[in-house]
Amino acid sequence: MGTRNYRRKTSHSDNGPGDGGKTGSWRVERPVLDQSLCIPCKRNKEACFICWLFCPDIVISRTIPPTINLEYCKGCGICAEECPTKAITMVDEAAFSEEDKE
Amino acid sequence: MHIIENGNVAAALGVKLCRANVIAAYPITPQTPLTERLSEYVESGKMKAEYIPVESEHSALAVCIAASSAGARSFTATSANGLLYMHEQVQWAAGARLPIVMCVVNRAVGAPWNVWNDQQDSISQRDTGWIQMYCSDHQQIIDSVIKAYWIAERVSIPIMVCYDGYILSHTYMPFDVPEQEQVDAFLPPFRPDYALNTEEPANLNTVTLPDVRMDVRGELAHGYMEIRYLLHEEMRKTLTVALEAEKSFADIFGRSGDPYLEPYLCDDAEYVAVGLGSITYQLRVSVDALRKEGIKVGVMGVRFYRPFPDAAIASSLKGRKGLIVFEKALSYGYEGALVSDLKSALYEHLAGTGDLPMVQNFIAGIGGRDIRTEDLTQTLRAAIKSRIAKDPLWIGLKL
Repeated sequence: MGTRNYRRKTSHSDNGPGDGGKTGSWRVERPVLDQSLCIPCKRNKEACFICWLFCPDIVISRTIPPTINLEYCKGCGICAEECPTKAITMVDEAAFSEEDKE
Repeated sequence: MHIIENGNVAAALGVKLCRANVIAAYPITPQTPLTERLSEYVESGKMKAEYIPVESEHSALAVCIAASSAGARSFTATSANGLLYMHEQVQWAAGARLPIVMCVVNRAVGAPWNVWNDQQDSISQRDTGWIQMYCSDHQQIIDSVIKAYWIAERVSIPIMVCYDGYILSHTYMPFDVPEQEQVDAFLPPFRPDYALNTEEPANLNTVTLPDVRMDVRGELAHGYMEIRYLLHEEMRKTLTVALEAEKSFADIFGRSGDPYLEPYLCDDAEYVAVGLGSITYQLRVSVDALRKEGIKVGVMGVRFYRPFPDAAIASSLKGRKGLIVFEKALSYGYEGALVSDLKSALYEHLAGTGDLPMVQNFIAGIGGRDIRTEDLTQTLRAAIKSRIAKDPLWIGLKL
């Protein structure tokens, strides 16, 4: 039984976004990052990244600045809750225009 | 080495000899001494494993699922309502094709609350996609645990090793504990084809659509139905794998038998009593008594319940005058689950041949009601004399 065989017996796929469809449309509140408060942005250092670590949908990048993939972000707000400097706030989706939503 | 110990210790020794890496369990009577013994092995350093105490059976199996996904040989054990509380994870472990071994120390399920032995707990898990083996004595318990890992890891399907609470779990009898070298020679280390790791992350068992579809690599991936079909097909193939396990086991341990069925005085028997677990050994005493009266009767113990060894059962029972099936569980509103499966196998393989035996069903020992050997003997004698009208008939019912 080779590796490929076993994987064919189970639901097994490479790690990539979108297995469950684009879930960004589920979002009621959108996380918005204030770079003036974000630790890696302020110090220009690979530091903190607690938002990246905690995001259950792996849609936050480990980059400076961290980016949030809104096609898949469900708006759970865990990043905003965990951010030690309160650099992420959850903003009602209604505040964004229709074209911006896309 | 022969020792005298109880059935739970036999199971614990089997798990230790198999060098399980992760044990997660929640204590429940009559399984408790098994997990206590394993925790002692780990605590004292006799066993090199992670013992993970949890707050519930659901979590116990969830831990085993995670550990097994990461390539660890995993073990849990439970009884009765603990097994029912696991039910969702039981199905998950099978669909995820994880070779977890779980001892089910058979006990009646509530309500009303009852801690004594019957087999309603594991029988109610029949259709979850787990292999089910039933044991009749302590030697079978320790041997079945060792064989279970061999088979489970070969076919990537989890296995329940079921044995009767108290009657086996808490009674003492002599059995042979194999040497560690023997078990190591029999059971290779668990090397899954894929184990969760940070170098090669993967999505396991995420939403899987009704139809096949392209995965993120652009390759056609199975739908849910294909994955479930493969579980069934490979479960059926396990009947062949069990034979291979038995042969390999015999080469190393010097003892073996039919992995699916355990006949006693069946060669010339016109009537055969059929059952699962320890009741089949008790029935041997009744059969011995009836043989002295000149009645040609034998006992067939069914060791593998899923996958059901239908062909082996039909060929070994064809042409008998009658089969008398004793069960410690039933499908409420109809009859015992084993007798339904047995009749289905007979019909499948023998319909139209004139070799179809009469089949009768008796329910016994529900909620630990004492099963007296004399009652079994009388029931067998009566059933052989004339077909009992009411089917299934409950033995020892006081209404």
